[in-house]
Amino acid sequence: MKSNVTIIDYGLGNLFSIKRAFEHCNVDAKITQSHDDIGKADRLVLPGVGAFSAGIIGLKELHLIEPIKEYALTGRPFLGICLGMQMMMEASEEFGKHRGLGIIRGTVVPVPSKGAGSEKLKIPHVGWNSLCKPGYVDSWDKTILQGISLGTYMYFVHSYYVEPSDKNNCVAFADYGGHRLPAVIAMGYIYGCQFHPERSAAKGLHILENFMKI
Amino acid sequence: MSNIRLIARLDIKGPNLIKGIHLEGLRVIGDPYEHAKLYYQDGADELIYMDAVASLYGRNSLIEIIRHTAYDIFVPLTVGGGIRSVDDVRNILRAGADKVAINTAAVRRPGLISEVSNSFGSQCMVLSIEAKRDGRGGWEAFADNGREHTGMDVIEWVKRGEELGAGEIFLTSVDQEGTGKGFDVELVKTVEDTVSIPVIASGGMGEAAHLLEVVREGKADAVAMAGILHYKRMSVSEIRNIVLAENIKVREI
Repeated sequence: MKSNVTIIDYGLGNLFSIKRAFEHCNVDAKITQSHDDIGKADRLVLPGVGAFSAGIIGLKELHLIEPIKEYALTGRPFLGICLGMQMMMEASEEFGKHRGLGIIRGTVVPVPSKGAGSEKLKIPHVGWNSLCKPGYVDSWDKTILQGISLGTYMYFVHSYYVEPSDKNNCVAFADYGGHRLPAVIAMGYIYGCQFHPERSAAKGLHILENFMKI
Repeated sequence: MSNIRLIARLDIKGPNLIKGIHLEGLRVIGDPYEHAKLYYQDGADELIYMDAVASLYGRNSLIEIIRHTAYDIFVPLTVGGGIRSVDDVRNILRAGADKVAINTAAVRRPGLISEVSNSFGSQCMVLSIEAKRDGRGGWEAFADNGREHTGMDVIEWVKRGEELGAGEIFLTSVDQEGTGKGFDVELVKTVEDTVSIPVIASGGMGEAAHLLEVVREGKADAVAMAGILHYKRMSVSEIRNIVLAENIKVREI
């Protein structure tokens, strides 16, 4: 039987790119707005591009906040992509303070507009950037980055980034002007990718395949 | 500074990939899907689809072409041409695009930039500019694929576009487009100095040296290329290797 993944549709995000990317990996991908589907999911994906507040409002209007939080408590695999990852945090500073899902402790803050050497940085951080491993992480084996080499390039587009309260939640980061922006966060089988695996060519698809195996 | 992006630009007319000179005299190159797939496999960082006629003739089968293209291409796809409303944007994103490039409709109604940016995020809203030298040391923005004067100064317009919420500037020099004689580096540099959002330089790439020039002197964040790829003068991977050898930061595959 084909494995399957459930993708949450709350009106924002490139759902169809994500669905196609999973299908390309020989996975049945279902796009849904239903609580029941979320409750029954084997693997759940929260996609998203756009503004934090719009994302949270979208989830609220569809009454999906509680079902997602309940799912996260089951320990089943859960992947947040870009804004989806950011919404897993407790709060965001994007256009005022907003509460997030609070699944992973920490906040969402703006990408600095100046580099470590005070040079001007473009906002959003858009384009391909390479994945680095923090010193406290021994290896990416048994994570969604299994088989991904250090320095592999992924496609990023974001103006805000997550700051987990527990730095151990960050398993990969990208360097932008000397700032370490968390690129992959993990807590058990709950993962967040700041970049877009579905838009990061073959290496990105590999990450989605890994997600189907954890 | 981010890594620069190598972007394949595909101009579309009906079912065909086309190429013109100064965005005119359009010549059929072939099947857009086949070319898009080739460029993706060869490592293009992004693809841009521009529908050459949509803003004149209303909607056509662009959505179908996007859906077909997006089916097995897994890098970002930007689509422009004929987009007039938030609903148009939603339909294009639903077909598999990641960003939209808007020119004519934003010129007519600048508020559209904010509407798109507020609805889908600024990263989705690419302001497309077709610039021609005005003979007085500046540039005028054109609409309708370089055909219609707007009377707007490019530098003023990009500034306003950024304020309204554009996330990127897709900057085509109509003077250079299709000539293969190099980018309008001064235009790119002037726009780069004006805005803090990324700028994609487009129009004029005939050889790798042109790219190096527009990145080093023009400070372009991304470079769009069309004819050089369509006519198989160089491949994306050949261009990438030259860029790497020149120590310009770019994605390594």
